[in-house]
Amino acid sequence: MAKQNDIKYLTSTRVEKRAKKYCRFKKLGIKYVDYKDAEFLKKFVNDQGKMLPRRITGNSLKFQRKVAHAVKKARQMALLPYVTDLLK
Amino acid sequence: MVIFTPVLAEDDFKAAQKKFSDLIKEHGGVVTYANPWGLRSLAYPIQKKTTGLYVVLEFDAPTELIAKVELQLNRDENVMRHMVNKLDKHAVAYNLRKRNKNTAEVVAS
Repeated sequence: MAKQNDIKYLTSTRVEKRAKKYCRFKKLGIKYVDYKDAEFLKKFVNDQGKMLPRRITGNSLKFQRKVAHAVKKARQMALLPYVTDLLK
Repeated sequence: MVIFTPVLAEDDFKAAQKKFSDLIKEHGGVVTYANPWGLRSLAYPIQKKTTGLYVVLEFDAPTELIAKVELQLNRDENVMRHMVNKLDKHAVAYNLRKRNKNTAEVVAS
């Protein structure tokens, strides 16, 4: 009987090593999220103009909240669309 | 930040800007910075128009003034949409830095 650790694979098993996510605001020392800068806010929404979750952006809670507020303000002032297709 | 209707002529646009900055000054406010963005396409149509004239004003004002300004903004037919925001200390620092950068570029070019 082969034990568990006796099993050898011919090709090494593929374990993806992803780059660790980081909060870009903390790393770059940005303290204020400007709602007037639509190009910058586009990084945090998907093609349909929906906000990306923290799971994907890697923002810290504090800044995700600020981004959310900024995006909502930008939408009110017609800098970002509420709904769309192919934003980028 | 105010969006005016795009049908305004250049002079009317300037007059409208002046009207609101004067209104702020009259009631004891200080306009720190005025940045007319000018004509810009909107992300979605407002009042069946696809473009708007944007103006960003940064000002210090006592609390009572805000209500007065908002009243005037709501009454004015040329104003399609407006937004008044309170700026925290980071925002003020950010605006100041951005402003200085822009002026430096102008001087350099």
